[in-house]
Amino acid sequence: MDRPNLSFFRISRRKLSGDFIFEAIVGLFALGILILAFLLFRELFIESGLSRNTFGLRFLATSTWDPVNEVFGALPFIFGTLVSSFLALLIAVPFSLGIAIYLCELAPEKLRTPLSFIIELLAAIPSVIIGLWGIFILAPFIRDYLAPPLSMYLGFLPLFQGPMYGLSMLTGGVILAIMIIPITSSVSREVIMTVPTHQREAALALGSTGWETTRIAVLPYARSGIFGAVILGFGRAIGETMAVTMVIGNSPKISESLFSPSYTMASVIANEFVEATSKLYVSSLIEIGLLLLVISIIINIAARILVWKLLRVEGGGRA
Amino acid sequence: MNRLKILIIFILAGVLLAGCVSKQPSEVQPTVQPTGTVQPTKAPETVTLNGAGATFPYPLISKWSSEYNKIKPNIQINYQSVGSGAGIKQITEKTVNFGATDAPLTEQEFSNVSGILQIPETIGAVVVAYNLPGIQNGVKLSGDVVADIFLGKIKKWNDPRITSPNPDIQFPDKDIIVAHRSDGSGTTFVFTDYLTAVSPDWKSKVGKGKSVNWPVGLGGKGNEGVSGLLSQNPYSIGYIELAFAKLQNIPYAYIKNKAGKFIEPTLETTASAAAGAVSTLPAGDMSWSSVSIVDAPGENSYPIGSFTYLLVYKDQTDQTKGKILAEFLWWAVHDGQKYSSELLYVPLPDDVVSLNEKTIRLMNYNGQPLI
Repeated sequence: MDRPNLSFFRISRRKLSGDFIFEAIVGLFALGILILAFLLFRELFIESGLSRNTFGLRFLATSTWDPVNEVFGALPFIFGTLVSSFLALLIAVPFSLGIAIYLCELAPEKLRTPLSFIIELLAAIPSVIIGLWGIFILAPFIRDYLAPPLSMYLGFLPLFQGPMYGLSMLTGGVILAIMIIPITSSVSREVIMTVPTHQREAALALGSTGWETTRIAVLPYARSGIFGAVILGFGRAIGETMAVTMVIGNSPKISESLFSPSYTMASVIANEFVEATSKLYVSSLIEIGLLLLVISIIINIAARILVWKLLRVEGGGRA
Repeated sequence: MNRLKILIIFILAGVLLAGCVSKQPSEVQPTVQPTGTVQPTKAPETVTLNGAGATFPYPLISKWSSEYNKIKPNIQINYQSVGSGAGIKQITEKTVNFGATDAPLTEQEFSNVSGILQIPETIGAVVVAYNLPGIQNGVKLSGDVVADIFLGKIKKWNDPRITSPNPDIQFPDKDIIVAHRSDGSGTTFVFTDYLTAVSPDWKSKVGKGKSVNWPVGLGGKGNEGVSGLLSQNPYSIGYIELAFAKLQNIPYAYIKNKAGKFIEPTLETTASAAAGAVSTLPAGDMSWSSVSIVDAPGENSYPIGSFTYLLVYKDQTDQTKGKILAEFLWWAVHDGQKYSSELLYVPLPDDVVSLNEKTIRLMNYNGQPLI
């Protein structure tokens, strides 16, 4: 179809062209996320005002959580969240890296797709299902088979002392590890796949073995991306609520032992928000939500900075 | 190709829309005709009452909703079991027609909502359940012993204070594992209300509430969380709703009541506790904050139970809806009670029903009573 060539209309036509409208719409979507994040933060900040005014910084440093007398301190929850998430990383990172390396470098071609598909499927299991499995299978297993040897051989460490009832910091950490393995391993896999083949070829040409190729040529190149994958997993572990709530024992006490029950920030909100009636109580729970948001933002920023630094030093691959 | 796709999508959307529109009349007609309540000129408008609140009475209220819908097909009752706290919040903000709560409104909550009526609609009981290999129902415990177990003072099952009322039972020399609810709940409120009533030590150290600062123990989410803890940990003790314990066959203790008898928790013994407390109940438009039927007097009263309440406004702002709400409440506290037992709720004693009648008669629109 011929268009009439009207130079007078050209500019306004371009302004109203599909491109412009498209740009405006998607730009609005992107802006919407920013606005949403800002509103979320603002709302949490305002609603937690009562608690912040009442307790001040003591809220972060005290460990009494007494809804009856309305004395609230968030330390046990911060402790529980950070320790359980670190524990999860400690378990999940070697597994995820192993999975990723196997899938990219070692597995036979036929196995790669189905295996990675199954691992990603793990991420799709609803967390309440994982939690139920945790209560009925994992917790008794850890209590009966994992905890006794740990306390027998490593019992001199305060980490593995005291009675073990199944629901504990350790169980929470293991559940979290299982939940973050799919995401860290699949992102690591994607990252390792982007390592150019000539890197490997160069290492092999110098006479490296398979393991040496992976260690010298592949992993350093993918380092920042893998680190990003780990942080993604950490972010998921910090915010995970349902499964952890079901297996961590929900006791707001700080204990050195991984065998004793603990409590996380997300869990206390999920557990108590619905039935919290007094204003100070609700406000304190909202302040915990604010803290959770702030902690995850700090961790993400720290991770970004680390990744940038690594990139600048290495000048290596970006993923 | 693209045009074809778009055309197909439009056609599908059109079909769906048409389906939605044409469904409604065909749904209304057959349900209306057989009951014969239809006015010849126009079909009765469907009226929806919204309620929100405690999870504990949810099965009963949803049963009421479906039974009442059979009697009055044009009335829909929606109940969201979002928790007592949220229920109180929603009725305070008037976003629902009725609220529900497991614990009576506190003085502060009561003063926040002027003109609220509290209508006890059923009674729940909480049992002290345990997992003692080889030991079934009927370990006898008194209130102070239960309190000291949950305070961590009694640590072993063969403590003389546990063994002495139970001479026929051999208790193991094992540590007691305490399980409690981790989520805020009416069950916890009733249980801690009881411990506060019977143990001065509990009262000063912990107190009563929907969540408390537990001195010892593991927290499980919901009745199922606590019963999961119990079933997996031999030598454990916890508290759950009576209905849940019966349905799951979890062994529970007989508790010593005010009259000094060890009473098995059943629907009858809980009802008897409620009946024993009737004389002390306030009028429906007064504050119920101090109402409690724990540790109630009476030979046959099981001591750990509680009313659960519906919350409505005395002054209704919508005449039709207000009238329908009042009629529904009237039905619920009378005919509705016959569905309690099958769902393992305790039916209201007659005295409480007549108290509720007075309360429902207070509901009015512009000063005119609605019922």
